[in-house]
Amino acid sequence: MISTYDPMTALIGGALIGLAATLLLWLNGRIAGVSGILAGAIAAPGPERDWRTAFLVGLIFGPVVFAFFGGTLPRPVLPPLPEIAIAGVLVGFGTQLGGGCTSGHGVCGLARLSPRSLAATMTFVATAMVTVFLVRHIGGV
Amino acid sequence: MMRIASAALAGLVFGIGLALSGMLDPVRVLGFLDITGGAWDPTLVFVLAGAVGVTAIGYGLAGRRAQPLYDESFRWPTTTAIDPGLFGGAAMFGVGWGLVGYCPGPAVASIGFAGTPTAIFCLALVGGMILHRVLPVAAANPR
Repeated sequence: MISTYDPMTALIGGALIGLAATLLLWLNGRIAGVSGILAGAIAAPGPERDWRTAFLVGLIFGPVVFAFFGGTLPRPVLPPLPEIAIAGVLVGFGTQLGGGCTSGHGVCGLARLSPRSLAATMTFVATAMVTVFLVRHIGGV
Repeated sequence: MMRIASAALAGLVFGIGLALSGMLDPVRVLGFLDITGGAWDPTLVFVLAGAVGVTAIGYGLAGRRAQPLYDESFRWPTTTAIDPGLFGGAAMFGVGWGLVGYCPGPAVASIGFAGTPTAIFCLALVGGMILHRVLPVAAANPR
């Protein structure tokens, strides 16, 4: 599989994610961890749920706005449904048990030089790489 | 009201950043995770570098202020424990991430355009979160 990539666009896209994390902290004092925000948005009603819901609505509209201004969105190719369901449960449960995901630990945590987030990030990148290796090169788990 | 608007704005910018960076494509993410495939895709490294760099500067500047614009205090994370729950949870998350190529941000951001399989992933994601809440393990690992 040959994939093309554009480092500068990736850097700018990443910088926008950083800008979003900065905005959420400067304005609301909150950490932009999507798994934590999602978990809070499905919890009990109240102001703590409202801002999280608003963030998620914005997040969903982001790619729509991007496409409106001419950006190209991918047509994701996903594995069979049982695998999708198992993966989703693992991601949901794991991010709650581990206290964060790629954005909370990987972006915000590393930016704060948090040893806890560094440990989490190295762990999930490692198990993800092992999983991809097993699925693609060994032939299933 | 301002808190709601600013959260929506942050989410919007986050979503545009994910779209621009190519991280909404699980194949691209899997291309980064596949280090033995011979066609390694380094895109995610540049995305992470841009995101962490800007966040570090933004967070650093915030340290000079007493409070955020629309709230009484900065809610910095207080958990510092590096314990079995952290490793176990991160390991589980990584396995799920490696199976499909979706982590929570890109998955949720894709709901509006990516079709049914992505929506099913998001439902399972929420299911996993609820499962964590109702199982006794949650009490042992308070967030």
